[in-house]
Amino acid sequence: MTTTRPSLGRIALNAAAGLSLLYILLPLIFVTWLAFFRQEIPSFPPEGYSLKWFSAAANNQPFINGFLLSLQVGVAATLLGLLVGVPASLALVRHRIVLGPLFNTLLLMPLVMPGIVLGTAIYVFQIETEIATGLPVMGSQGGLIAAHTLVVIPWVVRLVTASLVGFDRTIEEAAQNLGAGPFTTFRRVTLPSIRPGIVAAGLFGFVTSFGNLEMSLFLVGPGRTTLPIAILQYLEWKIDPTVAAASLIQIVLIAVAMIVTDRYVKLSRVV
Amino acid sequence: MARLSIEHLRKTYGDLTVVNDVNIDIADGEFLVLLGPSGCGKTTTLRMVAGFIAPSAGSITIGERSVTTLPPWKRNCGLVFQSYALFPHMTVAENVAFGLEMRKIPPADRAPRVAEALRLVQLAGFDERYPRQLSGGQQQRVALARALAMEPDVLLLDEPLSNLDAKLRQEVRVEIRDLQRKLGLTTIMVTHDQEEALTMADRLVVMEKGEVRQIGTQRELYERPADRFVAGFIGRSAFLDGDIVAPGRFRTKGGVAIGCAAATRIGAATLALRPERIAVGGEADGLHNRFEARVEHASYLGAILEIDVSLSGPDAIDKDRMLLQIPNKAGIAEPKPGETITIGWAEDAGLVYPREG
Repeated sequence: MTTTRPSLGRIALNAAAGLSLLYILLPLIFVTWLAFFRQEIPSFPPEGYSLKWFSAAANNQPFINGFLLSLQVGVAATLLGLLVGVPASLALVRHRIVLGPLFNTLLLMPLVMPGIVLGTAIYVFQIETEIATGLPVMGSQGGLIAAHTLVVIPWVVRLVTASLVGFDRTIEEAAQNLGAGPFTTFRRVTLPSIRPGIVAAGLFGFVTSFGNLEMSLFLVGPGRTTLPIAILQYLEWKIDPTVAAASLIQIVLIAVAMIVTDRYVKLSRVV
Repeated sequence: MARLSIEHLRKTYGDLTVVNDVNIDIADGEFLVLLGPSGCGKTTTLRMVAGFIAPSAGSITIGERSVTTLPPWKRNCGLVFQSYALFPHMTVAENVAFGLEMRKIPPADRAPRVAEALRLVQLAGFDERYPRQLSGGQQQRVALARALAMEPDVLLLDEPLSNLDAKLRQEVRVEIRDLQRKLGLTTIMVTHDQEEALTMADRLVVMEKGEVRQIGTQRELYERPADRFVAGFIGRSAFLDGDIVAPGRFRTKGGVAIGCAAATRIGAATLALRPERIAVGGEADGLHNRFEARVEHASYLGAILEIDVSLSGPDAIDKDRMLLQIPNKAGIAEPKPGETITIGWAEDAGLVYPREG
């Protein structure tokens, strides 16, 4: 075998991989390109380039409000999701729970359920809750956060159970042997070992919540819209590159978050 | 340091008894080894002492303190795990300091004790390394230093050498033993490695099927095994099945009459002989038990020749096969299958154990 001339199979594989990558990246490339077009109506070839859409996006009040709401809801939902998901994962991995596999599937369910279905279900649930209790649940920020928590939990359960399964429990025994009680053992030994899983879960949970459109459509109240909904509403009237610019800002923010996170925990090792 | 006493210790899982009525007293500063095949209950016993398994019955006392119901973190037993179980996210120094930190010892006082523990295991200067940067042997020493630094009442070693390669194992074996003597540590070690057990222990406990078969020194176990299991497990033995037909008279299944110690019960029995106590050729002259044995198979093992012989003739129902070990002296040729050799042994060399049916 010579190593200088790659085989036909190798070339075919690389071509297929390149094609797939292009297919994935193409929308991203177009959005990025479009954000810099000068003209208002996206048409090819561009008449020139400009940065004005970025300032338009940054000064668009619905976008700013949406961004702030999405940020608040995303952070709150992520924290709540971790608070529920980490103990749930611990229980599922470490204890023999009656119907454990069923609970596991249930906790992953929001991930596979279509957003429209989930949104409708929660919408109906919230109406019924409001009728039954008289509390202002409908369209409230609390209701929105609760629903978003639901889509964060599957990420937490998936990623944290994965790190727990590969975790060597004798190091917990070692800590106890050295005088650490259960809580100290968890804080000093267990938590640091599953931290990459938790950080990754937080990141993916947040991104899922931040970008959620279908479910949120049912749950937002008057004057309270998330960024994806604000973008959708904008698109109903105009199709100028402001939307592309806003999307690009979002993509860059998330990419930066991922790169920063990866510096502290190697995401590639968890996901 | 303290003495440790285990009384009527028992562990059952449903109908399965994994440790049954274990009684062991360990003197202050003694090195005791629990030895037995896998599944004999030795590790379960150790884990009950450490507090990771709750006994079904019985008690464990360290010094004057009953620890039977105490959780692991209140027992002050330093345990060295088979897999070392170092904290991967902490440096060597942080690992060793962990036990001190749990005991609320101020940081300024921890440092010299960590340094001392690392010096004892010859790892001075490795403070800032992480476990993944160390070899298996070094990790093992960190685990030992971590257990020693907290000045435990007893040191527990769970197959501590089984993950090391053969050469390193010998070194670490000696190091652990020296350190244990120097510090006067009351120590329990669990192992299935006979040689390791014999070289390290002050006293050994042989366990099988959850029960203690015999407790004693190396010499006691080898010279006077309590039962057939111990006779076969500690060192090698040649076994002959048969019956005690009269006091001091053993008859093999193949019908060969053998003289043995008089104090034995009439009935089905097994005669055990240490291979090196069996004389061959001219050395067998004048011995009361002297037989012409037929060679079935001979193996050349370097320092010794191992010869499988049968005592009774080819027509006997049972050929009474037994194993001999002859030192490989200059000029000795290994006998060929079918040849006849003279073997013999003193009457008190044979140990007789009652046998089922």
